[in-house]
Amino acid sequence: MITFSDRQLRIPRMSRPVYLVTGGMSKFARAFPRKRTEELCIDALTEAAQFIDMTPAELKKYIHTAYYGHFADHFGDQLLGEAVIHDRLGLDPLGNIGIKTGGATGGSTLWEAFKTVASGYSDCTLAIGWERMDEVPTDEGNHLISCAADKDWETPLGHIYTGYYAVMAQKYWQVYGKEEESFRRTMAEIAVKNRGYGLMNPHAHGGKEITVQDVLDSPVVAYPLRAYDCCLMSVGSACAILADERTAYEMTADPIRIDVSAASHTLRVAGRRNMDIPLLPNETKDQYDDLGERFPGGERYPGFTGFLAARMAAYYGYNMTGVKDPSEDLDLVELHDAFTISDIQTYEDIGIRPYGEGRTYVESGDCYHTNPQTGEPGKLPANISGGLIGNMHAVGATGIMQAVEVAQHIWGRWAEMHGDEEKWERFERIKPGNWKDLQVKGAKRGLAISHAGVGSHVTATILQHPDHVLDRGDE
Amino acid sequence: MMKDEKDRGRVEVKNGRYKISGRFHIIEPNTPIFDEDGKLAGVTNPRDMTYIHSYGGEAVFFESLGKGKLIASRCDNPDCEGYKTIFMPFRIHCPDCLMRNTHVDITDRAKTNARVHTFMITERTGAFNTLPKPVKFVNVEFDGVATILMGSLAVGEPKIGMRVVPIFRTRDPTYTILDMLWVPAGTKQEELPEGYTFD
Repeated sequence: MITFSDRQLRIPRMSRPVYLVTGGMSKFARAFPRKRTEELCIDALTEAAQFIDMTPAELKKYIHTAYYGHFADHFGDQLLGEAVIHDRLGLDPLGNIGIKTGGATGGSTLWEAFKTVASGYSDCTLAIGWERMDEVPTDEGNHLISCAADKDWETPLGHIYTGYYAVMAQKYWQVYGKEEESFRRTMAEIAVKNRGYGLMNPHAHGGKEITVQDVLDSPVVAYPLRAYDCCLMSVGSACAILADERTAYEMTADPIRIDVSAASHTLRVAGRRNMDIPLLPNETKDQYDDLGERFPGGERYPGFTGFLAARMAAYYGYNMTGVKDPSEDLDLVELHDAFTISDIQTYEDIGIRPYGEGRTYVESGDCYHTNPQTGEPGKLPANISGGLIGNMHAVGATGIMQAVEVAQHIWGRWAEMHGDEEKWERFERIKPGNWKDLQVKGAKRGLAISHAGVGSHVTATILQHPDHVLDRGDE
Repeated sequence: MMKDEKDRGRVEVKNGRYKISGRFHIIEPNTPIFDEDGKLAGVTNPRDMTYIHSYGGEAVFFESLGKGKLIASRCDNPDCEGYKTIFMPFRIHCPDCLMRNTHVDITDRAKTNARVHTFMITERTGAFNTLPKPVKFVNVEFDGVATILMGSLAVGEPKIGMRVVPIFRTRDPTYTILDMLWVPAGTKQEELPEGYTFD
């Protein structure tokens, strides 16, 4: 059993509010044989500057410290990669630091940049992330990623990270999916949805029109996970500029409130011990008393079916911002759909659905931009960007991309950033004839979940329009 | 491709320091990368390296596998909230009180009550994999042990809840986690992979 002290469960209180001023992204692709990483980072920073009608040089004048998210030095055979990018961005002599938390690197980079502004150390910070996953063969890439498991106890067992998720998929399918084929089809629906949304995103390299049957017929990567259940391996960059209130409103008329929380759990699923389920604001103390009766095997928490770090990041983040119920208080989410199964697990960890009922978020149509059953707007659309399955997973950039994508809906500028003919042409991609404006109408608040390993690190980034900031109830 | 025996890097500890012999890296020149128009795009950077890694307090676990023993660890601090918790994977220290754990032989427990908690099967392994394909992960739970060990099934098809028993590479052990695999209860010695035994 693991218990937590009151001090550990204290809700963070920041010294001052923090705002997202702007953000930008490069094109994402499986490989960029003709571009260096710095070129991709400058593409992202340039887009961020242009978004608020500045030149990159003008934007740089505001930056006081820089945070660089880059997970895997060994992919690029370059230690201190952040120093290379810092130099190429011309940001010397500003203080900077590299952030590495696996798949959550992007979210963690935002977390650090956020705290720096909130503390008063800086009035304006740059958070920029990237990954270079094309500079080794795929099987070596799989080995390098598997080194994020325990190298003595797990990595030698196949050197394949997907396997560590596949065992969770198998267990979840048995316990909460009750071994029903319909559950497997629900998993597949997520891949269909996210790849479909990716088609509408010029940055994305995983967009594709597929069917549930295509997913079920795709090659097995690690049974029961198939190729279309898995995220992309990507190259690219994304950035965000954070500032205090006064500076933010100097830079733009439309900054967005941003709060970031973080939590962790063991990097090996094998090391998880049983504990009581920590509760979110929309859950009750006795809610899970009969979980094991309703779902035999579900009495083991987090077991192989949940992510404690995601639950705790939501716990801190919701209580920091006043989110009582994500489905009611938020208008859209970007989740870390590394695999279709982990997407479903996360619905429960962050309280979109109670434990055991994650599948209903998909089956109800709530997670869609437009509910396929009713033709009405989805209650809480997820991964309109295409997510990691349909858009990209350039690890260090991913969490930042998610936050910027959510913000573009709150800014009401999603169509401008995704429908621009010039951008499609510049990225050498063909805008689909049936391109659809996926702007979530009236979006005021959103959430991005950035997730590492098998749940070793998770961050929750909550974005709110300044005119629609939730009441935390203590101010 | 494996290195010749004579080329393998070897390490001993003498007087508290590593003493190395053999070849730790093979130097190979880089090659240029051109595009379809013959224009230079980049270069390859060949690297052949051998890491030196200390098992520290976990060495007893990896050494015991080759002797047919499965060693777990237990918190014996009566003042700890995790008192008497048994860990497999082995933990050198209790994660709650950080006192050094006691070694516990759970070989018999593994032989009598180990079960598959979950599993997966893959043909797609990463570089440097040495297990035969398909690789079958089994996560194994034991009565009275707090955690669930990840391993590989060497014989048969995995199923949740199936009883399994450990087998050990007692001949030419590698001193890695691969010295212990799992087979369904009732498997016969002649069905085991070469070099592995039940004891």
